[in-house]
Amino acid sequence: MLELQNIYKTFQDRQVLTDVNLKVPTGATHALIGASGSGKTTLLRVTLGLIPFDKGYVKINDQALLSFSPSAWADRIGYVPQEGGLFPHLSASDNVSLVPRLRGWKKPKIAERIEQLRELVELTTRALGRFPQELSGGQKQRVAIMRAAMMDPQLMLLDEPMAALDPLIRRSLQTELKSIFQRLGKTVLIVTHDLGEAAFLAEQITLLHLGRVIQSGTYRQLLDHPADPLVTAFINAQRTLADAVQVA
Amino acid sequence: MRFRAPWLMPALLMPTLLLPALGHAADRIVVGSKVFTEGFVLGEIAAQAIEADSTATVERKLGMGNTGILFEALSSGAIDVYSDYTGTLSEAILKQPDLKSIADIRAALEKMDLVMSEPLGFNDTYALAVKESFAEKNDLHTISDLARIETSISAGFSYEFMDRKDGYAGLTERYRLHFDPQRVNRMEHSLSFQAIDDGAVNLIDLYSTDAKIEKSKLRVLKDNRGYFPVYQAVWVARREFTQSHPREWQTLRKLEGSISEQAMVAMNAQADIEHQSYAKIASQFLGSDAPRAQSWQAGILQRTREHLWLVGLSLLFSVLVGIPLGLAAVRFPTAGQAILIISAVIQTVPSLALLCVLIPVFGVGTKPALAALCLYSLLPVVLNTFTGVRTVDPSHLENARAFGLTRPQILFRIVLPLASPTVLAGIKNATIVSIGTATLAALVGAGGYGAPIVSGLSLNDVPTILTGAIPAALMALIAYGLFELLGRLLIPKGLREQSKIAQPGPR
Repeated sequence: MLELQNIYKTFQDRQVLTDVNLKVPTGATHALIGASGSGKTTLLRVTLGLIPFDKGYVKINDQALLSFSPSAWADRIGYVPQEGGLFPHLSASDNVSLVPRLRGWKKPKIAERIEQLRELVELTTRALGRFPQELSGGQKQRVAIMRAAMMDPQLMLLDEPMAALDPLIRRSLQTELKSIFQRLGKTVLIVTHDLGEAAFLAEQITLLHLGRVIQSGTYRQLLDHPADPLVTAFINAQRTLADAVQVA
Repeated sequence: MRFRAPWLMPALLMPTLLLPALGHAADRIVVGSKVFTEGFVLGEIAAQAIEADSTATVERKLGMGNTGILFEALSSGAIDVYSDYTGTLSEAILKQPDLKSIADIRAALEKMDLVMSEPLGFNDTYALAVKESFAEKNDLHTISDLARIETSISAGFSYEFMDRKDGYAGLTERYRLHFDPQRVNRMEHSLSFQAIDDGAVNLIDLYSTDAKIEKSKLRVLKDNRGYFPVYQAVWVARREFTQSHPREWQTLRKLEGSISEQAMVAMNAQADIEHQSYAKIASQFLGSDAPRAQSWQAGILQRTREHLWLVGLSLLFSVLVGIPLGLAAVRFPTAGQAILIISAVIQTVPSLALLCVLIPVFGVGTKPALAALCLYSLLPVVLNTFTGVRTVDPSHLENARAFGLTRPQILFRIVLPLASPTVLAGIKNATIVSIGTATLAALVGAGGYGAPIVSGLSLNDVPTILTGAIPAALMALIAYGLFELLGRLLIPKGLREQSKIAQPGPR
């Protein structure tokens, strides 16, 4: 379970996060959504422990961020950066095994874990031997998810997982991500600006605007009972042109 | 090929470079010489004489530089013995031009723990010369004899001779000569031989052992009033050497009084005009059959060793110091700018000027040369490390932190590998620059491929120059090839396509 409680953060005299509360129950998938400048990237960095915050708590399974060393905290979160964020100088399998190697895992244990996750994300063994620049966008995402899941974290954190993919691949990977999440059985937080993606992947959605939580709830709740005109505005802005034509 | 850490690179590279420089013979005598023909010939004679009589290994450091450098080398123990001239010793070394007698000069040198031999037999000083035929016709033997034809003779004197206090003015006063000013021509020294050959002038100034005396069939007029300072050739050695190697010092002393002016002129001519090797000239003089000098292959091998030693050590320095400096420049931007500016400024200092500045600090020989090379090879490494690290995508650094990597882990696992193509290009650059610049090391007596280049330049002997220049160029090519291979081993495969080179400006 991920809990963000009363998070405040100022950056150069500017209030970038104000009283942010967010709760993701164990095993649930939650989407953090907002336009650029809404503070979602800042909140992501706070959650990862990369930047300090002024007030509040970040907890995973009731254990606070500040009671962990950076590496111990990092091992509790499986982080999938934008576009996968694979290190270009390491092969896919070296990317995946980087952290466990640094943590002193033995080779057989690493190999076993890689094989387990490879099957889970349905990646070929050959692709694992390649370098990032030789992989397709979808393959990179799968490798990045494997890397994130290696240390068996309590939370998976994905930053704009689909942003760089072309629409067709996006569609099929969304379906697949959903089943991967189910198979992993982890608590998942997805940061995205795409409402459709959020609605498809997550049970709950939190809309962030100018550093404040505007509304948390299911897609239906956001649609039918907007807490603020901003919610409706955000939803309408994301409706496709085709929808707009139909409504007219 | 799996990626190997880039910090292994120097470790892999250096032992191979340094290996040949190890292993010095226990009993070793180092003979030095100045960088002109007579110096080379005398140095070779000393070396061969010792080799014939002794079991010690003789190392030749011939053509090290001018008087100052040789003296410094002798004082510091970089060489054991070399030949110099009494006049030079009293004027340039002891700074007491009034010291004239052998005994006085010897006593002054004693105080500096140096030992001087008796004169070798010839005096290399200023002299006046006329054509042999002209001398016969006018019955000229001494400078005084010139008085008989003082108004009719036309002279070609060098600028230096005309301007020195102990030159033309003093000479005419001492001998009460009254040349016709219209007939005294100032001319470039090398042209005066042509002028006297052509009959344009009848009288010229020269050094008394000049190689061209024989070729131009000149008669050197006797300085019957002892006007010109005496420049008797002598051996100068460290006292420590004469005590630890009495036998070898005796061998050299047996040569006292054995080299006449004519003999020296002939040997200079063999070198300058007939382009014979110093080794051959020396062995002919000593009466040994075969020149005992090293074969040219052995010579090249030794110079290769010296050159590799210089390049390898300076490279090791530039890697061990340059990479941390480059990293520091990224970490501390203000100090970083200073680091980059200073290493760029060093790069613009002409090599010779830098060597001159370093001699008072490091003396002569390998040390100042190494110091200069280290300084020169620093910029490419610092600059490329700085550029390479600065251009690493910051998102990789943030991701690495998010994965819980520590600072050193981020540096060694992420930053340096990502920057390795650029850093390696910098090291490659430093190596090539260093191989080229190391040829200048010969000017301060550090040997290497520069040695034949320097002596070839002094002899105007292109083949000798090439025996240094060609191997240096080959070494640069081989280094280039080795770095291409190293790149394949060290640069992660995923980065190879995008390998980039930050070039420092040409110097």
